Amino acid sequence: MSQAPLLSVENLAFERDDSCLFSGVNFSVDPGDVLQIEGANGSGKTTLLRMLTGSLQPSAGNISYLGQALSACRYDYLSDMLYIGHQPAVKLNLSAEENLRWMVATSAQSNDVSVKDALTQVGLAGYTDLPCYALSAGQHRRVALARLLISEARLWYLDEPFTSIDKQGVAFLQSCLQQHVAKGGAVILSTHQDLSLTGLRRYKLVSDVEAIA
Amino acid sequence: MSWLSRLFSKWLPKESSNWQWFYRLGSPRWFYQRSGQWLPWVSLAALLVLATGLVWGLAFAPEDARQGNSFRIIYIHVPAAFLAQSGYFIMAIAGAIGLIWKMKISYMVMKAAAPIGAALTFIALFTGAVWGKPTWGAYWVWDARITSMLILLFLYAGVMALQYAYHSVDAASKASAILALVGTVNIPIINKSVDWWYTLHQPATIKLTSAPSMHMDMFMPLLVMIVGFYLFYAVALILHTRNEILRRERKTSWVRELATAKAGS
Amino acid sequence: MTSHVARKMDSGFAAWLRRDLLLAYRRRGEVASPVIFFIMVSTLIPLGLTPEAAELEKVAAGMIWVMALLATLLSMDALFASDYQDGSLEQMLITPQLLPLPILGKVTAHWLTTGLPLTLVSPVLGLMMSLPNAGYVPLVCSLALGTACLSLVGAVGAALTVSLRKGGLLLSLLVMPLYMPVIIFGTATVSYAVDGLNWLPPLAILGAMFAASVALCPLAAAGALRVTASN
Repeated sequence: MSQAPLLSVENLAFERDDSCLFSGVNFSVDPGDVLQIEGANGSGKTTLLRMLTGSLQPSAGNISYLGQALSACRYDYLSDMLYIGHQPAVKLNLSAEENLRWMVATSAQSNDVSVKDALTQVGLAGYTDLPCYALSAGQHRRVALARLLISEARLWYLDEPFTSIDKQGVAFLQSCLQQHVAKGGAVILSTHQDLSLTGLRRYKLVSDVEAIA
Repeated sequence: MSWLSRLFSKWLPKESSNWQWFYRLGSPRWFYQRSGQWLPWVSLAALLVLATGLVWGLAFAPEDARQGNSFRIIYIHVPAAFLAQSGYFIMAIAGAIGLIWKMKISYMVMKAAAPIGAALTFIALFTGAVWGKPTWGAYWVWDARITSMLILLFLYAGVMALQYAYHSVDAASKASAILALVGTVNIPIINKSVDWWYTLHQPATIKLTSAPSMHMDMFMPLLVMIVGFYLFYAVALILHTRNEILRRERKTSWVRELATAKAGS
Repeated sequence: MTSHVARKMDSGFAAWLRRDLLLAYRRRGEVASPVIFFIMVSTLIPLGLTPEAAELEKVAAGMIWVMALLATLLSMDALFASDYQDGSLEQMLITPQLLPLPILGKVTAHWLTTGLPLTLVSPVLGLMMSLPNAGYVPLVCSLALGTACLSLVGAVGAALTVSLRKGGLLLSLLVMPLYMPVIIFGTATVSYAVDGLNWLPPLAILGAMFAASVALCPLAAAGALRVTASN
């Protein structure tokens, strides 16, 4: 039985103001896959990820979720997706716990891992009540990454998730990703880190600007 | 905006023969070539109608019983004010078409319409002030219609400022289209509020619902002038849009060919 | 399924409202500035105009309204700015909820932290400007409704300028003409009452404007954010 892939991308292109950033991007992701998007700075990794989240419109090509175009299943798709961008979306005046509670409240599906447990697991046990301006950049990222533990979404899009995280954190995140794909989830991430994950595939993004030059 | 375009796309059968002109209109190149053919005729018509209206209005129309000859500025003031208002709607409609059908050319029309409309609004305000001096004894009176015009000028200024604030052409076009639409919803509210706020001016001269209160001999040249201003507006809009097309499409092969052909001849 | 969707839509509004209120509470000083501005500018008026009660009385309603408008305008810029910078706006754009609802939540929080305090302080200013007795209730009522309109319309302007570095001034340019009907009917409500006329009709028109803004402004702001925040 051939089943539609969880996410497939056909001939995706992005052009802004008549200059093409990239074109002809093709890949598909099934449950259990980790897709690492590689590419030089400025090759459009962030743009590609944001296009997958639906916040940018592709200028050509299709993104489909379980064989359906995104526009036809927007609610289901967005409910099944989690995106952590460059900016961790952490409010400095709120505590780690308040931040995470708000993130969970605005996301569509969550499991029964409690906010406190999640923060303990990412190593913020003693910091939950401190306002986030007292925390470091790496700790901000950990707050954002704690969402991964609570989320039920199958598709994870992570933009440079390893930025400003220490070695332990990197190992933790890797194990977290591993568990997620073992449960039938899928991850698309952009990073320059060498990952050791089963099911890892790489996609090299070459911007059209580079290709011409 | 995708939901908006999905909503409207149902009404447009894709690429069926009846609608081909609509999709072709979306091509800047097609518009550029076609408008080049229209331009001389529209310009000629505008020139003729404006000349007729001006001569008729300034030289042959009877003098106003109370205002004397100074009323003749109405032949510039009223058409300019008319076009200033409709120009905003034309701009907003162009923006809406761009948002809904993602047509590049309509964004260019929208951008071109803003300064023309603002200039007409300014002309209306200026002629109003000139007319105000002999009529009311002051250049500026806080009268309902003048105030509405001033607010309209602010609205135009906002759209133009937003247009220039963005580096990205896409963002500039879409953001100012949204602003123009918001303004369109507001213009009737603003006009009604300002009307309600103060009425000092003579009642609106031309109403579509009732017979004109002006004498026919004075009214006919005014009508001619309004038609002339519409034609002039069309010429200005086409010229501006053509400029914008060349600027935005300068990297495409057809514009380059055009440039080399011009340079060669 | 429908109940599930409905619950989620609701949480979009409530979660953003709760968070913005909490944030405002943490930054009390910043939140107080529009109110302080409102009070300070109103001391300028007698200094610049005249201290005579009979003169002040005539301009009181209009001046209070103009200052309330300026105070709101000052705070409008911040509505989406910090969310844009720290990435939470991006998260808002990809939630499965209908985007106007979180926006409405934020605008509600904005009104509760600027419009409402301004409204509550206004009788004191009325006192300082010798507003006649009949004017106080209409002043408070019209400001309550009117500042809500200002917050809603301002949200559209804030959304249109969120990614611009010097968005604040441009925001005022875009939004000020749209504010004019509100100020016309806001001051009319008060001056009708002072003149002994029935002040409910202009207030009702303000109410209609409020209803229209609640319905339309979040939609326009949502459309604007989709365009501007992705740049």
